[in-house]
Amino acid sequence: MSLPLINPSAQPTHYTGVAMVLHWLMALAILGLFGFGIYMTDLPFSPTRLKFYNWHKWAGISILLLSVLRLIWRITHRPPPLPAAISKAMPGWQLGAYHATHHLMYLLFFAVPLLGWTYSSAAGFAVVWFGHIALPDLVSVDKALADLTKPLHKLSALALVGLAVLHLAAVLKHLWIDRDSLLQRMLPGHH
Amino acid sequence: MNNTRRLVTLSTALLVSLALPCAAQQKLLPAQSALTFTAKQMGVPINGRFKKFDAQVSFDAAKLASSKVAFIVDMGSASIGIPEMDIELPKAIWFNVAKFPQASFVSSSFKSLGSGHYEVSGLLSIKGQAQHVTAPLTMTHDGTSTVVNGVLLIKRLVFKIGDGDWADTSMIANDVQVTFKLSLSGIDKPKAESGQPESIH
Repeated sequence: MSLPLINPSAQPTHYTGVAMVLHWLMALAILGLFGFGIYMTDLPFSPTRLKFYNWHKWAGISILLLSVLRLIWRITHRPPPLPAAISKAMPGWQLGAYHATHHLMYLLFFAVPLLGWTYSSAAGFAVVWFGHIALPDLVSVDKALADLTKPLHKLSALALVGLAVLHLAAVLKHLWIDRDSLLQRMLPGHH
Repeated sequence: MNNTRRLVTLSTALLVSLALPCAAQQKLLPAQSALTFTAKQMGVPINGRFKKFDAQVSFDAAKLASSKVAFIVDMGSASIGIPEMDIELPKAIWFNVAKFPQASFVSSSFKSLGSGHYEVSGLLSIKGQAQHVTAPLTMTHDGTSTVVNGVLLIKRLVFKIGDGDWADTSMIANDVQVTFKLSLSGIDKPKAESGQPESIH
């Protein structure tokens, strides 16, 4: 028997199932696509390279859509607040870093794929999702803009992965040093 | 193989030279003309154009049977506008410009479909491969020049364009659309669309 059902005014202690699915799916997709992106840019000009670039774009657009869903879900389903014991024990800078990391990650969920899409449009390659759904070009062909957005796409992706590593480091700190149950909020199972 | 290619080149040259004498008055206006192509790479349209091409034209709407066009395209002038792809186009796997610097189309017949619409048939030769093709075209006259618009659908693999690893049509579709807009000077506007012979000049 779970308490929140009896007492609706009580704060949730776990993320919703949808939030968990979106979190873990995007974590896997973003880390996977980052590695794939680094790998494919080193390939010589070949059918494989072009194929991988297309797959990367399809996956990037999928992540962008998941990001939209996730933002909508986040706004309509407030996440569980930090347990009082944990937020009280946290120094102010840690609490600030906790909020900043999450806000920046949400910003980058959109910025990284949008920069990639902008680069693709500026370079003259339309994005055709899964080879069938032609997406509009975000900008017209513009070499200068392509040269600008290409490194920005990479840097923003690096920043996103860097924040994910920081996020993971914080999780491990709570798990191994503080030995609290913070990670349980994002894991399915006993509520 | 080599002989076939030589034959194609020779016959093209012959036909071009045959078309020449009667084409003295009719000229292609390159600045107002365009030759473009669209290929699809995993659904993504790739648009390119040829910057250099020329035509010998001898066209008379009233004398279609003796009308003739010989078209030459400088394959080395192809550009997609994406530098990393443009450097690939002249290579052997694509256009093989070193061996086959020109592509040609030599008409064999014209057919009137009425009100400025025609159908042209002829031999298209690209990269040493020749194929008989037919393309619809529309002619419009505006004062001094005549504009010919048309679309030709070809299969790239017939001409071995994108050989080897690139032959996979799930990567690059076999269908390529070639679009041309040719501005010509010196073509008389037909006096009537009925196709009746005009009076002798």
